[in-house]
Parts: sequence; structure tokens; C-alpha cells
Amino acid sequence: MVMAKKISEAERQRDVVEKSLKQLGNLIYDQINEGEFPWIMMQSRSIDNIQYDDTVRQYILGDRMIKRHSRNIKHIRPFTQLVWTAWFARELVKLRKTSTLREVYYSARGQRDIEYNDQKESDNIITDLEVALNKAREEFGIFPEERSAIFGDLTIEYTVPGYEGRRTNLTDHPDGVMVGPAVTSSEFIETTANKILVIEKGAMFTRLVEEQAHKKFNAILVHTAGQSPRSTRNIIHRLNKMWGMPVYIFTDGDPWGVHIAMVIVSGSANAAHLRGLTTPDAKWIGVWASDIINYKLPTENLTEFDKKRLTELQSDPRYKEDPWNREIETFIKLQKKAELEAFSLYGLTYIVDKYLPEKLNEN
Amino acid sequence: MAQQEYQAVSPSDFFYRNREIAGFSNPSRAIYVGIRELLENSLDACESAQEPPKIYIRITEESIQNNENSTVIYYIRVEDNGTGVPSEQIPACFAQVFYGSKYTLKQSRGTFGLGGTMTILFGQITTHKPVIVTSSTGEDIHQFEMMIDIQKNQAQILRHSIYSNVKKWRGTIVELQMEGDYPRIQSRMIEYFKQTAMVNPYLDLTFIDPKNRLYRFERGTDIMPVLPRAVRPHPHGIDVETFRRLISITKTKDMKNFMMEHFQGIGSITSERFLTFAGIESKQKPINLSPEEIVKIVYAAKDFKEFKRPDSSCLSPIGQELLETGIRKELGLTEDDFIKTIQRPAATYSGYPFIIEAAVVAGKTVRKLGQGITLYRFANKIPLLFDESSCVSFKVISKNINWKTYKVNQDTPLVVAIHVCSTKIPYKSVGKEFLADQPEVEKEIANAIRKAARDLRIFISHSLRLERQRHRLNVFSKYLPKISEFSQKLADKEESPDIQKLLNEVNVPPQQEETEDEDENGSSDDDVILPEDEDFPEVEEDEIEEDDGNGEKN
Repeated sequence: MVMAKKISEAERQRDVVEKSLKQLGNLIYDQINEGEFPWIMMQSRSIDNIQYDDTVRQYILGDRMIKRHSRNIKHIRPFTQLVWTAWFARELVKLRKTSTLREVYYSARGQRDIEYNDQKESDNIITDLEVALNKAREEFGIFPEERSAIFGDLTIEYTVPGYEGRRTNLTDHPDGVMVGPAVTSSEFIETTANKILVIEKGAMFTRLVEEQAHKKFNAILVHTAGQSPRSTRNIIHRLNKMWGMPVYIFTDGDPWGVHIAMVIVSGSANAAHLRGLTTPDAKWIGVWASDIINYKLPTENLTEFDKKRLTELQSDPRYKEDPWNREIETFIKLQKKAELEAFSLYGLTYIVDKYLPEKLNEN
Repeated sequence: MAQQEYQAVSPSDFFYRNREIAGFSNPSRAIYVGIRELLENSLDACESAQEPPKIYIRITEESIQNNENSTVIYYIRVEDNGTGVPSEQIPACFAQVFYGSKYTLKQSRGTFGLGGTMTILFGQITTHKPVIVTSSTGEDIHQFEMMIDIQKNQAQILRHSIYSNVKKWRGTIVELQMEGDYPRIQSRMIEYFKQTAMVNPYLDLTFIDPKNRLYRFERGTDIMPVLPRAVRPHPHGIDVETFRRLISITKTKDMKNFMMEHFQGIGSITSERFLTFAGIESKQKPINLSPEEIVKIVYAAKDFKEFKRPDSSCLSPIGQELLETGIRKELGLTEDDFIKTIQRPAATYSGYPFIIEAAVVAGKTVRKLGQGITLYRFANKIPLLFDESSCVSFKVISKNINWKTYKVNQDTPLVVAIHVCSTKIPYKSVGKEFLADQPEVEKEIANAIRKAARDLRIFISHSLRLERQRHRLNVFSKYLPKISEFSQKLADKEESPDIQKLLNEVNVPPQQEETEDEDENGSSDDDVILPEDEDFPEVEEDEIEEDDGNGEKN
């Protein structure tokens, strides 16, 4: 009984998305029939219309609207692309299929006169569609290519066709479970974990699984593989919200690692039109610049590129507080950086036996 | 002590020893210059007869030389319908260097009157074959077979035959043989003919090359430019040698009359004032002038400011209409192409009158010639093909003219033609291929181009507008059907919405919304350009994180 209700909920969601896509089609259809060049309004995604909002603790779009008008010779191409993408999304939703950003790009190339110069142009149109309909692309069945993974005592229930109602525990696969459309659209049923450990790098994720870190720390492990994909951020957000699990983030000790943590915390400007991707209370707990000193880690020198990035981060209001600010200043002082793997110096299990417990205690 | 021998050198001998000066520097150049000299003589002859020239040129391979360069002996025949040469003058005209003495000036193609003879001389020294000249002024036909006696500088007549002229033929035929290398100069040769036809639109030219290929350049008009009048020299441009020769032939008894008689624009008052200025007695007998006095007069003539401007009736410009006819015909211009021809008023440099004519051509046809400016240079209706970048006209189009003013950018295909006509073309070298940087000439060339280019600006704006309009229609006809198709599918409708009304709306000429500053860029909107305008911002990259998983974008 419970099962059936959940699936109908997923169906209801799909229905809403499909209706709004069809509505867009109707709008354009009617405009043309009235002898008018079709146009649509959407929130502006230009940089001066993106602002950080303290209440929701993420970037949001401002009030400025733009009109994309097919009478404008510069707009008609992206307008056409948008209409095609909406149609493609509707087909996906109708057929209950999913696709990747790259597949959408190539499907467009198979279509005469729907032209893209590169995938970036196509991705950009998909984002336009998200803004125009106020929906995330995952709701249209469009996913990025998967590369992040999740592992731990969490039971989920699939909603994808053919798997509806089927359950699995994420410890079933010792390599971790890939965060794809199926995991993203699944329902979270139960867990014994009480925290989430987010790890930037694959090698360290594998190390933690091997060392039974999920049991030792009672945690769900998430591997972001660099900058975390939106679907992964969405899962972290949901776990945090649903069960109040604290989130701890481990990244390389360099400006890029710092920012990977920040995007999980407060999102990116690129996704300012979306909600449900941020976890404002997540904590970045390492590798800190001060860890380099405290744990006498082997280091590399900061490159010019690293230094430039640190200066950029300093001008971002989100980094004004500690530990962010303090650690950035320490990086600048040290002129050094360290990778997660640097702990191997003290043996393979050091990070699980010593470093992580200490860091988790501190925070 | 070695004894040095001095020996008089005849003009023929001089040119025999220095044939590079006249352009016969190598086998390919020799055949080019040879044909060119003969053709230009023929053109002069036809113009004198006020008869639209009909010229036939044929080059045939005679035999292959077994020397190092494996050059070829060619048989050359040039036939015209000009005045013809009186039989008694034929030997001197064709087989004697520096024949004729001119004390009057008028525009003509040949500079020294020796180009034709040089060709014959070059043929003789490379093949040792006689030249055959057949000519008639309308009476009997005279045929001479001659060699040039180089040391004596005179014709050696091998045969003189007279035929009755039943058909009242008039004209001249020159047949000779010379060593050369035609294949290497072929493309220039054809280009030379094409440009000659361009600047002499009344010329009917037939050319048969050594491979028996026929080239026809048909005339575009029967109208010919007004014949130049012979005028007396302007004192400003006289040199010591010419002055000395005038003294030796004059019949005048004193300097005052001498000046009035032999120079243009000098009346009794000017003559007296000039002689006072020069410090010469007006009663002095010309014959008694000392060499020092001659030099003094020539120099004073250059400094004296009160002479009239040189008479330009000795010039024969092509005229705006004829120039346009010639260019239209040879470039194959259509009604949609732009051409503007300009004739400047006569001006002078160093006592020589000159007139600049110019043409500016643009449009689709010109595009076939390639991007940027194609320059055609002409001097006294002769095309100049070599050393373009050393020519003052090249300097003018590449440095002096600000093409942007006329909406011409670097790639705009454009033809600029410059014609200089003068009694003395300011060539920079004996090769007669490019013009020296005479400031007056440079200024006039620039003025002519600027004047022609003024209308070009309008043409370019107009064609840019049309181009944009075409582009607009293309873009909308491409995308609107797609919008229609997919909005129909998206809305689950049975029929596509009708886009015809929208297409009609696009197909009206653009109004104010297509602003002028778009014109300034000169580039029509490429439909891939994302807009910079306010209402469709492109999201800037650096502020935005890679927030999704497609790490394999590229």
C-alpha cells in the first residue's frame, strides 16, 4: 500500500513536468497563430542578476526578467533550440526515459537545422529551459554523466521504470553505487547512519570503504569526484534535511578543494535558479592549511594559478567567516598545498585511525 | 704603353650592347616586350588614322634551340589597320634606331620611337633572320625584307616588292623571328592584352598563341578619344640638348622671336620679361648663343614664374565613358556591379602637362578577382604590369587613402584603375613599368580615387543592407518552420501554426531598428553570435562553477 502511494507521487511529479512543457508549446503555438512572433519571459541569468541571499543561504536570481523574442535575429536561433529541447524533454518524460547532457547535444545534431556549435551551447539552452519552467533538468530526465558514488547503510527504493518498488541497501556494492538517475530519483527508506562524509577523491573513498569507515564513524560515504554534480548535491541536501544528518566534507588542501566544499554548502551561481542543491550547515573539515603544519604533511608549492584563485576566493563574501577565511590566509602564508593522499606518509590506515577521528571531534 | 682606341658607337650598336635597358633582359621578358612594342606602335598608327584599331597577333613556334636554356625561336606576326607607312620611310622607320626628330610634343605610347626597331634588332641578333614589313597607305602595297646594319645604324634592304592593292587595304604587317620563352610569360601576356583592351575599348584584338589557342578581345565601342594635338614645348620642361637642337634649326633672327616661335604660351611681353629675367639680350642672335648662355636660359626657364600653365591639348585621355566601357567589357561587369570613373582636370609637373583618370569598381563580379584591392595601372593607354609595389599609385591606395571612410575594409573586393596620360610619363626607370613619386602626380591620383570612392560608400552601404536583408530572410526561413513544427508537437496539435505571415513581415526592407553602427562593423550578423544586448545576457564564465558531472564535455 505504502509502495503504491509513493509511485503515484513520482507519477504526479512527472505529470506536472509534462504539463508545464506542453503549456510552453501551447503558448508558442498560439502566439504564432495570432500572427505574432513568439516570445517567452524568463528570469535573467546575467551576473548582475545573481545575488547571495542570507535567508536561504545560497545564490538566487534577482527580479530582472528577460524576453527572448523570435523576431530578434540574434534570438531566433536559441529560441528554436529552446523549443526543440522542450519537445525532447517532453518525449523523455512521456517515455519515462532519461538522457545525458551529451546525448541531448547529439540528438540535436541528428535534427536538421537545430544546430549547436558545441555541447556548451546545448547545456546552456537546457539551463534556459530550467529557468523558464522553474524546474530542474533532472525532472525532465536529463542528467549529467555519472561519476560520483555513494556507499553506506542506506536503504533506497527505486522509482525508475522496471524497478518500481525495488529496494536496495547501499552497502550491497563494495565499490559504492553510482549516483545516476535511478539513485537520484529513488526514495530514501531507512538508515542507521548518523552522519555523511563527503570525499573529493576516488582513491580516498575506496580507502574509507576498505577500512570500514562507514561502520567506524556510522556514516554514509559520498564520493564527489571533483566538483560535485548537481544530483549528488541534491542527495546530500535530502539526507541532511530528512534525517538531520550532519555533513562533513574532506577535500584536497588547496583553493580548489576549498571551493568544492563551498559549492556543497552554498551552491554555485550557475544554479542560482534552483533550490534543493545546497546544504548550508555542511562543514568543511579538511584538509586545512593548518593541517599541513599540525600533521607535518608532505606538500607542494602553490602555483601562480592557485595563488590567483585564493585571491579570488578572498573577495567572495561567503569566505569571510572562519574556518574559510583563516585557512585561506594560512594557505597564502604557507604558499603550500597538500593532497588527501598525503596522509599515506603515515601508513594507509592513518587517516581513518587518527586524522578523521580527531577532525570529527574538533567539529 | 698600351694604345687606347676610341671608336664611335652607333645608336643601334649602343642598344645592341645594352639591350636590357629596353627590357630585353631575358628570353621570356624579351618576347613580352617585343609583342608589346609592336602592338603599341600599331595602336598609335591606328589612332593617327582615327580608325578603330583591328589588330592581329600571332606567335608560332619556329624551331627549338639546342642551347642550355632550350629556348625557342618564335615567328611573330603583327598586323594592323593603321595609317600605313609611306614606302620611302619604311626602311628608316623599322630598321634604324632614333629615326625622326620631333620638336613638338604630343602624347604617344612609345617613349623613344625605338621600341619597334629594338624588337626587330633583338630578333635579328638572336636568329639572324630578316624582318619583313608589308605596308600600304591605301595605294600600292610595299613589302621590304630588311636587316639592320648595326654598325652603320641603317637598313640593309634585301628585297623590296610592290604589289597592286586591289582591295584598298591599308595598314602594316610586321613579321619577324626571335628567340624567347613564351610559356613562362604566357599569363602576363594575356593579362597585358586584357588590360590593353580595357584601356583601349575601341580595340579589336585577335591573338593566336604558339599552341594555336585563339584569344579574342572584341571592341566595346567605335568611339575613339580625341586625337592629341602637337604643341610646342613648354619652356619649363626644356633641356639643354633640345634647346641646342632648336637653335640649330631655327629661322628666327633674335632671341625674343626665338622664344615666341618655339615655345608654347609666350607672347612678346612674356618673351621680353623672361629674357630680362634670364639676363639675355632680346636682340641676340640665337645662333650666337654660347654654351654657357644656353645653360643659363634653360635654368632660368625653370625658375621663371610668369609662364602660362602648360597646354594640355597635346594630351589624349581616355574619357570617363570610354574607360567605363573598357572596364565593364573586360571585367564582365553586370548592372548590379558598381563602377565610377573620374577624369581630373589637367595639371602639371616640371613643365609637363598630365591628366589623371581613375576608376573604382566593386560588386559581385569583382569578388572573383579575390579579396582586397586589385590595382590596374595605365600610362598613356599602356598597361603597367610589373613592379606594382614600387609604383606611386600603389603607395596612394595603400597609404594615402583611408578606405574606411568609404566603408571599405581589408577584405572588400575592389578594383582601382589609374590612368596617367602625359607628354612625359614620370617613369622611375627605363623599364617603363612604374611611376615615380612626383608629388603633383601623387596628389592628383589621390584626388581622383577619393572622388570616385565617394559614390562607392553609398554603393557599399546599400549592398550591405541588401546582404543583411537576405541574411535575415535566410535565418528566419530556416528557424521559423522548426519553431512551428516543435511547438505543434509540444502542444499536441494536429496542424502546424502558419508562419507565412511572420515570413512576410521579415521580407520587408529593414527599418530603423537595423542601426547605422551595425553598418560600421561592416559585418552582417552571423547567426551564431550570441547577443550582447541587455535583454539576453550571456552568463559569464569565471563566476560560475562547473556544477555538473559532464566532465567529458570536450
